[in-house]
Amino acid sequence: MEEIINVSGRAVPHIYPHLEIWGAPIALYLFFGGLAAGLLFFASFFYLKGKADTMPMTVKVAPIIAPIIIILGLMLLLYDLHHILYFWQLFLHFRIESPMSWGAWTLSVIMVPAILWPLSYLDDIIEYLKENKPNCKMTGLLSWANDLIAKLPLIPWVLEIFVKNRNLVAYFTIFLSIVLGVYTGILLSAFNARPLWNTAILGPLFLTSGVSTAAALLMWMSNNPKERTLYSKIDLMLIAIELFFIIHMFMGMLSSGVAQVEAAQLLLGGPFTVVFWVFIVGLGLVLPAILEIMELRGFHIPIAIPAFLILMGGLLFRFIMVYAGQASGFGIH
Amino acid sequence: MRYAMAMDTRKCVGCSDCVVACQTENNVPLGFCRDWIVESVRGTYPDTVKMHFKSERCMHCENTPCVRTCPTGASHVIEGGIVKVTPHECIGCGACIESCPYDARYVHPEGYVDKCTFCDHRIAQGMNTACVDVCPTSCLIFGDLDDPKSPVSKALEEKDWYVIAPEAGTKPQLYFLK
Repeated sequence: MEEIINVSGRAVPHIYPHLEIWGAPIALYLFFGGLAAGLLFFASFFYLKGKADTMPMTVKVAPIIAPIIIILGLMLLLYDLHHILYFWQLFLHFRIESPMSWGAWTLSVIMVPAILWPLSYLDDIIEYLKENKPNCKMTGLLSWANDLIAKLPLIPWVLEIFVKNRNLVAYFTIFLSIVLGVYTGILLSAFNARPLWNTAILGPLFLTSGVSTAAALLMWMSNNPKERTLYSKIDLMLIAIELFFIIHMFMGMLSSGVAQVEAAQLLLGGPFTVVFWVFIVGLGLVLPAILEIMELRGFHIPIAIPAFLILMGGLLFRFIMVYAGQASGFGIH
Repeated sequence: MRYAMAMDTRKCVGCSDCVVACQTENNVPLGFCRDWIVESVRGTYPDTVKMHFKSERCMHCENTPCVRTCPTGASHVIEGGIVKVTPHECIGCGACIESCPYDARYVHPEGYVDKCTFCDHRIAQGMNTACVDVCPTSCLIFGDLDDPKSPVSKALEEKDWYVIAPEAGTKPQLYFLK
């Protein structure tokens, strides 16, 4: 039997296991980034459609989650840096070739509308909580924050300008949220050394997946049947687009070079197959789609089930892509 | 000027002197290495088993994905095509490690990313790299590809050679002589 055995002198404990350098924090960061992008997208989009009063959850209440998870994501990103005391170097440079650079800038810029948007609706959020969740402890905290903001210098004035120009801000936020959603995929696809990531379809795929997790969360949080039905329909459409992108991702890889073919095989018979096809495609996309179709046909299905499945599927998808991507390579050793 | 290295796989005996010389010259922390030996055995036992060694390090590619993906510009190319990292600009994000098809970089215990520098501090003084100088079989050859009289240009002209994973498209500048 013809055999080739390669033994690398780099196979020492300090180096090889640690070259798989990205793990759970990056996967979570990508998930939060996509979710925040989706929430901000829907808030600005439906605001511009004039639905602020008929879809209060989307436009007024849910956006408060966006700044929280963006900050959480940024903290995870910082935690993942090895030279953390030098993180500020990220904001001394702008490099358009490096997705991590413009992505970090996008996140910082989108923080401004992400924080101001829910602040400008704080009264509505408090009212909503009082009406729907009378026992919620957050209400007191938010009222206290609201009173505090009114007393602070400058901030009420900034909010006033913000509210006056909300149309403009909404257009700006739609653009930024799409950039943020695409960035979560492009961040990975920029690495030609990891063939599973090195496909441009990852950008639109991660954007679609992020927006679909946001739609699932909004569907779950909303108590307005019309809003829920709308998000059911939106989610169905996004799931179809995701499946379409996933099929295209595999078609592209299987018709490419041997490194890409081997990368695709990690998910087609390799160690990540079951998680990918059963948990992400099966339980995270197909099953919630079926449940939502049944719901729209009049069966009674607790909305939490498809929403939870979609959110879990989105989270797992990012974990699998991060780990499987680093297992792919050019097979040099 | 285009610095490059050729490595004669016929001469290498896999002694790892290049690895130790580099660790000593560059104060590489214990348990890490900037260059390394790959031992390949192929064939059918017992008739046609062949073994050969490669001394590998950063390929100082012409097309540098590590420099492209670096968010701060800490990874950069200096004169002669040498790829270097500036420790005080590096945030240790790992983007360059992910973008290297050759896994030539590692995270230094102090947090920044470290790699082979082609001993630029030595070549600035007209010396060879530490690994080249120490090699007992003279299987490592270093020089300027733009100079047709340099040892590396001559070696690549005289002998047949290959590069590792050319399909990764980075135009590596570490040539392996057959």
